[in-house]
Amino acid sequence: MTELLITGARLIGGDAGDLLIRDGVFVDPASAGSDVERIDADGLIALPGLVDTHCHLREPGREDAETIESGTRAAARGGYTAVLAMANVNPVTDTAEAVEHMKAVAAETASAAVHPVGAVTKGLAGEELAELGLMARAGVRLFSDDGKCVHDSLVMRRALEYVRAFDGVIAQHAQDPRLAGAGACCHEGEISGRLGLGGWPAVAESVIVARDVQLAEMTGSRYHVCHVSTAESIDVIRWAKARGINVTAEVTPHHLLLTTSAVEGYDPTFKVNPPLRPDEHVEALREALADGTIECVGTDHAPHAAHDKDHAFSDAAFGMLGLEASLAVVMDTMVAEGRLDWAGVAERMAYAPARIAGLTDQGRPLEVGEPANLVLVDPERRRTVDRAASLSKSRNNPYHGRDLPDPVRLTLWAGRTTFRDL
Amino acid sequence: MKHLLSAADLSRSEIDSILDLAEEMADVQRRPIKKLPTLRGRTVVNLFFEDSTRTRSSFEIAGKWLSADVINVSAKGSSVSKGESLRDTVQVIDAMGVDGMVIRHSASGAPAQAAGWIRGSVVNAGDGTHEHPTQALLDALSMRRHFRSLRGGFDEDWSGKTVAITGDLTHSRVVRSNVLLLRTLGAKVVLVAPPTLLPSGVTTWPAEVSTDFDAVLGEVDVAMMLRVQRERMSGGYFPTPREYTIGYGLTTDRLAKLRPDAAILHPGPVNRGLEMAADAADAGASRILDQVAAGVAVRMSVLYHVLGGADDKETNA
Repeated sequence: MTELLITGARLIGGDAGDLLIRDGVFVDPASAGSDVERIDADGLIALPGLVDTHCHLREPGREDAETIESGTRAAARGGYTAVLAMANVNPVTDTAEAVEHMKAVAAETASAAVHPVGAVTKGLAGEELAELGLMARAGVRLFSDDGKCVHDSLVMRRALEYVRAFDGVIAQHAQDPRLAGAGACCHEGEISGRLGLGGWPAVAESVIVARDVQLAEMTGSRYHVCHVSTAESIDVIRWAKARGINVTAEVTPHHLLLTTSAVEGYDPTFKVNPPLRPDEHVEALREALADGTIECVGTDHAPHAAHDKDHAFSDAAFGMLGLEASLAVVMDTMVAEGRLDWAGVAERMAYAPARIAGLTDQGRPLEVGEPANLVLVDPERRRTVDRAASLSKSRNNPYHGRDLPDPVRLTLWAGRTTFRDL
Repeated sequence: MKHLLSAADLSRSEIDSILDLAEEMADVQRRPIKKLPTLRGRTVVNLFFEDSTRTRSSFEIAGKWLSADVINVSAKGSSVSKGESLRDTVQVIDAMGVDGMVIRHSASGAPAQAAGWIRGSVVNAGDGTHEHPTQALLDALSMRRHFRSLRGGFDEDWSGKTVAITGDLTHSRVVRSNVLLLRTLGAKVVLVAPPTLLPSGVTTWPAEVSTDFDAVLGEVDVAMMLRVQRERMSGGYFPTPREYTIGYGLTTDRLAKLRPDAAILHPGPVNRGLEMAADAADAGASRILDQVAAGVAVRMSVLYHVLGGADDKETNA
């Protein structure tokens, strides 16, 4: 019988307390055996294991950039115990067999629970529905063509209608492909105009969100907006929620911290989709995450091999790493600013993401009888981020050289230590 | 000066120095034997990821007349499609020991990125829709020559001069470099285009903006017309070529409304009948061929400033 006793950790909504983990479950600390392994967590905060609604693990297909093994090690380093892995791998996760394959690899190699996201359309082509029902039977609840927008209104309507049968969620990468066309690689504004980079206007996101929430209302379905990046989208989401439409949304850590000015030097590390936005959008995103208009943080962790980034800005791959620094960024942009307390962090980074993704054994309170998914957080420790130190296989780290919190001291996934630094 | 990446990098004195030396270089152009030993032993690679006969030839001639060893490398198409990254491409060439690269690329910022990856010097020969600094320099040389040719001459005070730049501003690298260079010189710039062809944030540029060409026509000392790319004509930027010409072309009627001492510039090649009438291109005030000739002299001067003599190079290293 394996036992771990964590003593003196600060618990959400209460004082310091002890946590006893036995066989992957929290049990009564008073029942600890004499030979129990002890961890002194004095000064540390105990949070439920974090859940990421949105990451890219690149396996199968681009194992040179990331694997399920390396990606979930990075996740554990960031305090995550569950991740939703987007479908834009090769082959695309658009069949039950592809789902089962990813789960089988994860069962062998992962350091966090891996929940495959199913594609909405075959091959992410935006034309024909993928086998949503068969993927649902394989356990999928979240469906997304992420990386591409389901831009055909009728296809979107059918997808929303269809997943209602099994309480699925359609997660949209909201990007009108005409307004933000092939050359769009930078927020459309003063900087894109001056640097001569293809502009991605803010409304290219909000017009799709506006259309989709109306379709969600018509169909009565669950709709989730991936990586919200603009103030206009937030306005639409607020309007939709006020009408009772079943819409949820996520924001990435990089959109909470970084602004368009990061692309001034044409460094492709800062090329991401949707693009980094100016201050006023960043402020709107922080406000919306604080007031719950945006329910959760999704990392959009997008590892890329160096040879996919070492191009001219407009030719380089979109995306940046996110799993390891996500909590750190939320601490600096939300907690330190007084916008979220630690209970709010648990809600936005564990409880809400698990609810949205339909996970029943994640995003649970640290209570007796619950699965032992836990992260111990040091609220004081900081570091200068070094991209070479990443556990990801890739190095496209937008925080390299930046002073950030270094909070994660221990991550437990179902009682198993997946990251430890104490 | 290690690199020339943006017109914004140049101070007033550097611009004057480049233009003054260009005038000396222009004298070489008129000699029967067009050769200076200035860059003997230096190797310059013209690395063109995008076709440009005019600019590439101009840099090639400039380098050869300065006795540099000039190698043209055509890397047409994006480096992505060839499977090699931009970084690999420029580092491989740099590793061969070349002294400078003249880079033309369809992507904005590519020369600036390259400059961060290699040891040698980089001259931006046009990057995407960003900048084309040597074009702005040769435009400035043509303008200066024009002003000097007028009765009363030119006291080098650009603050009284107004340059209208008209056409597809959004996709023009020429306009971005010209605005920056002319700001440093002190001239007033008026940008004219239909709203669909005005760049995002153009109101923050150091220039006035107008959508009414006729309203500014009579005030300008220089009417610089920009080429309208053929693909823009079907891109929804304006309804028809006919409507564009009526609104923004330098037509025969508008030619008559220009001040008699105003110069006409165009980076070429000209779409006759679209952005300017044939008689405007051929008018006495047209400096278009002078721009082409000035291109070689300016690029000789730029290569000299960037690659320098032996002593300069050592101090730059």
